[in-house]
Amino acid sequence: MPEPSPAAVRLVLHSSLLKLGFRVLASLRQGALSGLDASTREETDMRTFNWLRSSAATTVLGAALLGIFGGGEAAAQGKQLTLCWAAWDPANALVELGKDFTKQSGIEMKYEFVPWTSYADRFLNELNSHGKLCDLIIGDSQWIGGAAENKWYVKLNDFFDKEHISMDDFVPATVVGYSQWPKNSANYWALPAMADAVGWTYRKDWFSRPDIQSAFKAKYGRDLAPPKTYDELKQIAEFFQGREIDGKKVYGAYIFTERGSEGITMGVTNVLYNYGFSYDNPKKPYQMQGIVNSAEAAKGLEFYKELYKCCTAPGMTNAYMQEGLDAFKSGQVAMQMNWFAFFPGLYKDPNVGGDKIGFFVNPAGPNGHFTQLGGQGISVVATSDRKDDALAYIKWFAQPAVQQKWWQIGGYSALKAVVDAPDFPKSAAFAPQFLESMGIVKDFWAEPSYAQLLLDMQKRVHDYVVADKGTAQQALDLLVKDWTKVFKEQGKQVASQ
Amino acid sequence: MDKMTTILQPDHATIPGVSEPAKSRAARRVHGLSDRTIAWLFVAPTIALLLAINIFPLVWMIRLSFTSLNLSMSYLPLRFVGLDNFSDILNDEDVWFRLQTTAQFVICSVAMQVVIGFGLALLINRQFRGHSFWTTIILLPMMLSPAVVGNFWTLLLQPQIGPFNYLISMFTGVPPSSFSMTGQVALAPWTIVLVDTWMWAPYVMLICLAGLRSIPDYIYEAAEVDRASAWRQFWSITLPMTVPFLMLAVLFRAIENFKMFDMVNLLTSGGPGSTTELVSITLKRAAFEKWRTGYSSALAIILFVAVFGAANIYVKALNKVKQR
Repeated sequence: MPEPSPAAVRLVLHSSLLKLGFRVLASLRQGALSGLDASTREETDMRTFNWLRSSAATTVLGAALLGIFGGGEAAAQGKQLTLCWAAWDPANALVELGKDFTKQSGIEMKYEFVPWTSYADRFLNELNSHGKLCDLIIGDSQWIGGAAENKWYVKLNDFFDKEHISMDDFVPATVVGYSQWPKNSANYWALPAMADAVGWTYRKDWFSRPDIQSAFKAKYGRDLAPPKTYDELKQIAEFFQGREIDGKKVYGAYIFTERGSEGITMGVTNVLYNYGFSYDNPKKPYQMQGIVNSAEAAKGLEFYKELYKCCTAPGMTNAYMQEGLDAFKSGQVAMQMNWFAFFPGLYKDPNVGGDKIGFFVNPAGPNGHFTQLGGQGISVVATSDRKDDALAYIKWFAQPAVQQKWWQIGGYSALKAVVDAPDFPKSAAFAPQFLESMGIVKDFWAEPSYAQLLLDMQKRVHDYVVADKGTAQQALDLLVKDWTKVFKEQGKQVASQ
Repeated sequence: MDKMTTILQPDHATIPGVSEPAKSRAARRVHGLSDRTIAWLFVAPTIALLLAINIFPLVWMIRLSFTSLNLSMSYLPLRFVGLDNFSDILNDEDVWFRLQTTAQFVICSVAMQVVIGFGLALLINRQFRGHSFWTTIILLPMMLSPAVVGNFWTLLLQPQIGPFNYLISMFTGVPPSSFSMTGQVALAPWTIVLVDTWMWAPYVMLICLAGLRSIPDYIYEAAEVDRASAWRQFWSITLPMTVPFLMLAVLFRAIENFKMFDMVNLLTSGGPGSTTELVSITLKRAAFEKWRTGYSSALAIILFVAVFGAANIYVKALNKVKQR
């Protein structure tokens, strides 16, 4: 049975309201006329009838016109797609890029960008409630498990086969991180859209000053250069902490400490991975005892706290991406931890960009060299009424020429043809570091219960690092307890040893 | 008189000149609606709205509190878990800590608001030059949105650029950037009390002012005649006669502060660590970040019962005070 058009529904609604109005009017009129004589009442009746008739005609005509225009609007909406993402620099680049798609396809692009702090809340709520706001969504990498299991995203395998889009053409870490669920299986729910990882920026101009160089060498017996290890990073941070440069007090490093969403977890994991932390035993999935809370992992957590205590600016107790950018742009810190996504904007900054800024890969630790994966894949929302148009967008977006432009205007392509091109490392000041980082990324849990796992880690780590509660070992022991509970609720078998 | 009767009783009115059998179906339709029907017509939307947005969700929430529903894993079969969610909550050490934090916040902030609000009311109750201007200035904070208050206090309290730290530094000599009001475990709980008091003390002042203005002048005149000192007048007349108003202010503020979310969330996000995590923040995190719908429904019910019970006991006490 065909569905009634919105215009028809509106017309029926208007008629019903009109009928109700007539009944109320009639009731009121009946009371008012009761004292009049028959002829006057008849005349009044006639006038009222004519008035009602003309009103009805006008209203019905108006309703019909409204319906027509409403219908027209609905028709236009058929050629419009809404893309949901976070409100940040790359989103502006995507708007620019999307103009080419509109030119080619005639489909208007509408965007729904939400600040990072409420991005997960807002869009997971939308997906959970089967809303129709988004046709396309650039969802965080950790959502992929929940999105696949809950069928929020359209599975893209058939579409990829039909359109000859091969996942082998994309950087492997991004395919595993953004597209696959279960991980390392050939089930694809997204196209890698925005490759990203944690990297570091530093004040190249400060590092290259002869007076600072000589002071550093005198103190540590080595040249001041971008750190290769976390021990070196801490030394440099301590060196700059409280130092006066150009008459201004500066601080050593900026690191993530945000409590509410994902900040401190996305920061601390960069150290933990390199000290030997893993999420579970690779041979026994979900076995976390002795892995998450190993002695090495506890040392990593202690190191992060030391770095926070010794070398960050005052008041950075709840700071994430934007606070880092502000601290760096205002010339407050020598080194900044942040996502590569922000580096094009920082490089263009008139005060700290250009020759003044340098970039380095997340330093290694005593037990490894990894960095936290960021970034997202683009998916078609299962409840969208415009799936075909949304798939057309993905097909267009996957083209090498589009991906090349995406990289050039401020996005981060995950297409091998772009990042493996011989001239890629020279294409931007941070391109070599980005390329290296994408080869050493690790991601947080991407399980359907990721939000619970993430908030548990936020709490335990923030309690220890910022609020000085307990020891690192206790914090990680409690984390294992929290995570075990979550996985058991999810019905997973959790081995204790 | 006839006309009046007809208008007042349209149900029984008949149109003169038209006999009953001659009434057409159309005429009967036009005959009109009874008073009762019209009354229902007007009330029905409100009742429907109440049922739709208050009663139905409440009943639904009670139902969900006995289930394992987790919206981030809605593909899992929904299980009836009986009282498990309630027992999990009541046995969870963290929840008890959050309740303690909330109780400390409620007690401290309401006490400060009552003392400051009552003091302001005593001042404003006197006639002086610029009385209206100062009243308006004092009332401004409570007219702001908690979200706005949270944001601008975050800036005021910023250790490096915020004027608050510089102000403290002027009086104490402590370097302004050496402490963080929202980031230090010892200071953060007092910071949320301070901001909440700044915002809501004027509200308590308004209620107290109503109490002070309701005291008849002749009582003070009689006290003057008896040569009662100002202090004696305050203890024997002003305070006892404003106690019911003060108790009302305490009730309103305590209920509001128990639910406090937005301002604290913006100021500290419950941090550092979980130092300022009020139970409302725990509830929000469980419901809309962890998506533990069954668990959070149970927590919401426990909190509702606790507040409702405490408020009832308090209202009874308030009535006893009024009767005295």
